Parts: sequence; structure tokens; C-alpha cells
Amino acid sequence: MSIDTSKVATTTSGTAAVSGQPTKVGAVALWADERLGLGTAMKKNLRKVFPDHWSFMLGEVALWSFVVLLLTGVFLTLWYHPSMSEVTYEGSYAQLRGVSMSDAMASTLDISFDVRGGLLMRQMHHWAAMLFIAAMMVHLLRVYFTGAYRKPREINWVIGSLLLLLGTLEGFTGYSLPDDLLSGTGIRAADGFMKSIPVVGTYISFFLFGGEFPGESIIPRLYMIHILLIPGILLALIAAHMLLLVAHKHTQWPGPGRTEQNVVGYPLLPVYMAKAGGFFFIVFGVTALMGGLLSINPVWKFGPYDPTKVTAGSQPDWYMGWPDGALRIMPGIESHIGSFTIAWNIFLPIIVMPGVMFTILLLLPFLESWITGDKREHHLLERPRNAPTRTALMVSLMTYYALMWIAGGNDLIAIHFDMSINQITYILRVLVFVGPAIAFYVTRRWCISLQRHDNEVLLHGRETGVLMRSVEGGYSEKHEAVSPERAYTLTARPRDEVWTIAGHKDENGVQLPTGRFAGLRERLSRLWFADNVQKPSQEEYDEAAAHLAHADHEEHAEIGSSSEH
Amino acid sequence: MRFLNRSAGRLSRHRRGRLAGAVVLLLGLVAAGSLYSLLATGATSSAAATKAATTDTQVEEGRQLFLVSCSSCHGSNGQGITTTDGNEYGPTLVGVGSAAVDFQVGTGRMPMAQPGQQAEAKETAFTQDEIDALAAYVASLGPGPSTPDESDYSIDDLTDEEQEAAIVRGGQIFLTNCTACHNFEGSGGAMPRGGHAPQIRGVEAKYIYEALLTGPQQMPSFSDGNLTPEEKRDVIAYLGSLDDATGYGGFGLGGFGPVAEGLFAWVVGIGSMVGFAVWIAAHTTRSKRKKATA
Repeated sequence: MSIDTSKVATTTSGTAAVSGQPTKVGAVALWADERLGLGTAMKKNLRKVFPDHWSFMLGEVALWSFVVLLLTGVFLTLWYHPSMSEVTYEGSYAQLRGVSMSDAMASTLDISFDVRGGLLMRQMHHWAAMLFIAAMMVHLLRVYFTGAYRKPREINWVIGSLLLLLGTLEGFTGYSLPDDLLSGTGIRAADGFMKSIPVVGTYISFFLFGGEFPGESIIPRLYMIHILLIPGILLALIAAHMLLLVAHKHTQWPGPGRTEQNVVGYPLLPVYMAKAGGFFFIVFGVTALMGGLLSINPVWKFGPYDPTKVTAGSQPDWYMGWPDGALRIMPGIESHIGSFTIAWNIFLPIIVMPGVMFTILLLLPFLESWITGDKREHHLLERPRNAPTRTALMVSLMTYYALMWIAGGNDLIAIHFDMSINQITYILRVLVFVGPAIAFYVTRRWCISLQRHDNEVLLHGRETGVLMRSVEGGYSEKHEAVSPERAYTLTARPRDEVWTIAGHKDENGVQLPTGRFAGLRERLSRLWFADNVQKPSQEEYDEAAAHLAHADHEEHAEIGSSSEH
Repeated sequence: MRFLNRSAGRLSRHRRGRLAGAVVLLLGLVAAGSLYSLLATGATSSAAATKAATTDTQVEEGRQLFLVSCSSCHGSNGQGITTTDGNEYGPTLVGVGSAAVDFQVGTGRMPMAQPGQQAEAKETAFTQDEIDALAAYVASLGPGPSTPDESDYSIDDLTDEEQEAAIVRGGQIFLTNCTACHNFEGSGGAMPRGGHAPQIRGVEAKYIYEALLTGPQQMPSFSDGNLTPEEKRDVIAYLGSLDDATGYGGFGLGGFGPVAEGLFAWVVGIGSMVGFAVWIAAHTTRSKRKKATA
């Protein structure tokens, strides 16, 4: 993308800047600066440059959703009672009046019906939570697909992954607090998950619940975790994430004038202050609209939790939907050792599988750099097509995730599409293994085809859609050379280098020691880059450019032969 | 008196006869049976019984309709049809009662459009009079639950406080007995092998009462011993109160719980956020100073 710099003031027309009349704001700023000495730090950081691209603002959605969560969450803590003591509900909601329930549930109903603006705050809080985690995931995908997690940003990838994990846990604890039928069913399920862990499971459950389920402690404990422990860690990690972002500087798309050493974009003040600040109000506004117009978690319809009750459509919030899906399609396998039962059907899908997937997520940058042997710093992004295996790997993981999501909503899919829930289960048991493999293959070949297309455009020009008829009566399509800027952008990527044991040398050509898995590494590296299309060499490009210039005067190709010339 | 004594004496001579025990047993059974049928019909369905008795023509009309529309599966006498390999082609209707007919035909589930996992509700092909006639005919085949009156499921004759108490009670009964299949809002849910518990919101109160009474298809029947008529009435009152209630919190997303909420978070929430991000990035900054070449 080329930036139109003509509209940006570059100088102040040659006259030196002089201080004008001191303003009131200036006087306040001067007063503060003389006491805090922030001027020097601000002078540098307020002019910090950020590159402009819509996809760089996705993480901001998560940040602003978190701010909305803090604001609405503080409001909710003013009225919520984290207590499991039995009370009789006597509030405004007639259908539950006189029903005995926990104080937590009663106060949630009070927030919904008797506190002014309470239901709006509750719904905004819940929608913001859904958006917070969704925005983190979309941001994660952007970072991954553009290769922005490569050196030096691996640590920030790890921090981001931890934020996603903690955000999920935070969501789950919040989901459990109202103590309605849905959240109680969720806690009951979580209790079962913990107990499925061999040997220590029952101890963990007793420790967390302060005795047998449900006990009287779980709501106060989850409340403390939800409003103090996890938000504290989240805030610290978000701060670290942002500090590293500032320290590393933002990545940018390749283009004319953009290198690994610079950042082309606009300064924080005033441009990004306005854009980011404005975006906060948009996020707040969308959340407020959703909170005001779309009902979420209608606890009054679920009623208070009671272990003898359950409802169809008991599902976790979407971010826990994929392990729930795994749980739903897992065949019922159990082992018995003496009087001891190991519930593989619970333990594998809900404890082991998410743990394994999260570990894979954390390790992705390290795995890639180990396989490719790429230890260089990268500040220029890569288009997804230029790293076919990387792109295919994530699409494959996304396919797995999506199939598990489908499994998590199998009952609703069954009734809405008039299918048998059993057949959905059987089909998904196969698809969760086959689907990701197909997705990997298709995505990889697709990327490689797009790379070929890029080379085609570079060497043969873009198709103009203009048909030419020659004197002899033959038809051809006119191709037009792409602009030098576009050609630069398309070719601004290094050539892929396969890591080999033989090539693992220091700068003096001395063979370096290789690890125990060097053979595997070399094979993986070959597979990683196999069939990738490299950009054309300078000679190829010059020759093609000359050919294209010539072709401008005399049509050179019959239709259908354009790929051969 | 002498005659009575003599007759008793004659009877008494046979009291040690071989058949005496069997005869007494038979007499006892006949007496108990007649007494029971008299008392039972008198107590529970006297209205239906008298109605059925007084409308023989209705039964006959129902039989004619039955022969045309139902007998191909249920048999010409409603006795049911068993296929040669022992499967049930159409179940027997002896003893299902008029409530089952009113429910199945009134909601369009019967006659079935096609065999399947379960009969789907559709527009009914019969008028209410024809349904009543069919119900009267099927009820005449054997005693069964009869079509409820409006007084059975209406709470209109209760005071305001009693109505509120009934709704609260009904809500708790609903959450205990119904939500596991029909969902917390009555939006319906999935059952094994392609079956489903249908949506029960916006369904006529009479049909809900009949479904509770007769347990159509995969549904268990909630007999009066299981849920008393008052408890059935309360459940219906609760469902009605949900229909009447304001949509607190806004659009209810179909009442399907967190899956629908997740869908909206992604499509509406993230969709609009990405849209706004593209919009903000597309509107890049302009300087105040207009350049000559701009």
C-alpha cells in the first residue's frame, strides 16, 4: 500500500517555529513539566510513529473492550453480593417472587430489575467480555498470518497467548457468578472436569469448593478470582504487552520507503491519539448498543441454580465452546483399575486437549524459527501467501477449532437443520481429524498458486481486460506492466532458505555443532519450504520488463498462450 | 320371607360345590368392575361420558372420518397394524382417549405427512367439529384421558395474588420437569436420532395440557398422579406469563442460550468492529495546509 504523502505537511514553509503567546493550556503544561519533568519523555513518545493499516487496530478492540469491562465491572461490584446464603427473592420480577435462592442470584436479579441502568451494565459487561476474547483471537490471527510474532516479538506472542488463556478463565469465573441455572450447571461441569484428573482430581475439587460440591465457598472464591486476581494479572500483562509494542516498534507492511530499520506512518499525537481515542468511543458505543438492544444471559429465565434441574441449550460462552464440543463427540471410554475409575471421556477432551492446544499455540514462534533456522529480526510483515506452510498450519488449526465449535452446538444444529444429533456426532468424530488435514493441503496449494500469480503479474503485467485484434485477425489481451511501487512491494521479501546441516556454518565457514534432532530439523525445513515459489531474479524481471515495453506497441500473444511467452 | 329362605337354602346346598368358588369369584369381579366403571366415569370423565353417550351420531361421523384418514395405519377399528416382521406400523388407539386425538390432529401432527423420526406439527386438515367427532369415536374405543375444558387450564378465575403464586409455582415445576428437553424458554431442544422436543412457546394452552396428559411421541406423560391438574395449569400459566412479559434486555436472540449469543458476538460485534477499523484506517489524516499539488 502506498501512502499519499502529498497531503501531509512536511515543513512549516521554511520559517522556524517560534513560541506564540502563552496559552492557559500551555501554562498548565509548563507548570506540570517544571515539577514532573515529563516533557522530555513525552516529546519523544508523543511523536512516536505508528503505521496505518486496518488490521493493526484489531488488538485495540480487545484493549478498549477491556476498558469497558473495567468500567461496567466496577458498577456491578457495587450491588452484587458474592454470597451463597439462602434468601427469599422479594424483588420486582414477579415470576420468581417468593422463590428461595442464593444471595448472589437474588442480587443479580436486583441488578437486572431494581438497580437503575443495572441490566444495561450487566449486558454491556457480558457483551464486552465476549468481544474482548473474540478481539484477542482475531488479533492473534492477524499477528500470526502476517508473521509479526517472529524475532524480536516472540515474548510478546507468549504474553498475548497468556492473555487469551487468562481472558478465558476470567470469562468462565464471571459466567459462574450469577448462580443461575446456567452458571450452576457450568460450575457443576467444572467440578466434574477437575475430578476426572487421575489421583489429584478429587483433592483439587475439595480444595476449590472447600468440601463437597457445591458447598458455600465457591461463589465468594470465584468472585475474588474474577474481580481481583485475574484482572490484576491481566492489567500487568496488558501493560507488558504494550510496553514491548512500544519498545519493538510496530511492524509494517513492505512498500517503497519502508525497511526493517524504519517505521512509516503517522505520529501518536495528534493522529493516533485521535484515531485510537475515537476508536475507544466506537467500541464503547457498539458495546452499549448491543447491551441495550440484544438480550444476553437472561438469568431470570434460567432461575436459581438447583442441582436437580437442567435445561436444554446449556452451553458455555463461545470461547469455551470448543472443549465442550470435544467433550460432546468423545466416545465414552473409561478404564477401571481395581475400584478406581479413569474417565478418559472427560479427562482427554477437557483437560488434556485444551492444554496440548494451548502449548502448541505458545510454541508456534519457537517451532517455526527452529524449523526454518531464521534468527533474523523482522519488522516487515509477510503476506500470508508468502509463507504457505505457516498459513496452512493456522488454517488447519482454525478448521479444528471450528469443527469443535460445531460439535459444541450440535443440539442446535440438529434442530435447526433437521439433522440427527447422533449422525452429527459420528461425522464430526471423523471430520476433526480429516478436516484439518484437508484444510492444510488446500491452503498450502492455494498460497503457492497465489505466489505464482504474483510472479505472473510481475513478469507479464496485469490483465487489462482490453482485447486487441491484430492485422492478421488474431486476438490477444493487452497486459500492462505494474507500477514500480507495486513491483517493489511484491518483491520486498527475502528468498526462502532451507535449513540444512551442511549449511549450518559460522561466518568463517566452520561447521557448527548441530543438535540431536538435526536430521529431523533438516527434513522439516525442506517440507516447510517445499514448492514455495520464489520471487523472480533481477535478470528475469528486467527481461520481462523489456518484453512488456515492446509488447505495448505490438501485441505479442494470442489468447491462451499468455502463460508460455 | 319363606321363599327367600328357601332360595337361600337351595343356593346354600351348592356352597361346597366344585364350581361355587369360580362362580362367586366371577360374581365378585363383575360387581367390582361395574361398580368401578360406574364410579370412575362418574368421578373423572362424567362430562365426556355423557357427551359421548348423547352423541352417537358424532361417533358415527368420527368413524367415517377415521376410516378415510386414519385407518390405513391404525386399522379400521383403531386396533393398530403390525407389519409382518413384527414392527408397529401404526399403534393401537384403544384407550388413548379424546385428548390424544385432539392434540395430534389439532396440531396437524396426525395424519402424518410421511413416516419419520417423529410427526411434525403442521396446518391441520380438519375443522374443530371434525376433530371432535374423531375424538369421540376414538374415545368410544376404550376409556382414556378426555379433552380438557378451558376451566382446567385457565387461571382467570383466580385472584391476582393466587395468579402470581400459580405462575411462580408453575415456573419452578417447568424448570424441574420441562426445561431439560424444551429449553429454559421453551424454545425446544434436540432429542436422540433426529428427534426433537418442539418449541412450546406460542402453543395453545389446551394443546400443552393435552400433551402433558397424553405424552405424545417421545414425551413422557405427566399423569394427574404425577403432576396434578393444578400443577399442569400453573406450568401453562408460567409459559403464558413469559409470552406476556416485556422483552427485558432487548431482542432475545431466539432464546437459545450462549450459542446464539456467541454467534451475535462474532457477527454483529466483531463484524462491526472490523468494519469500523477499516473505516478509520481508510480515512487517513489530512493536514490543514493545502498543498498546491494536492
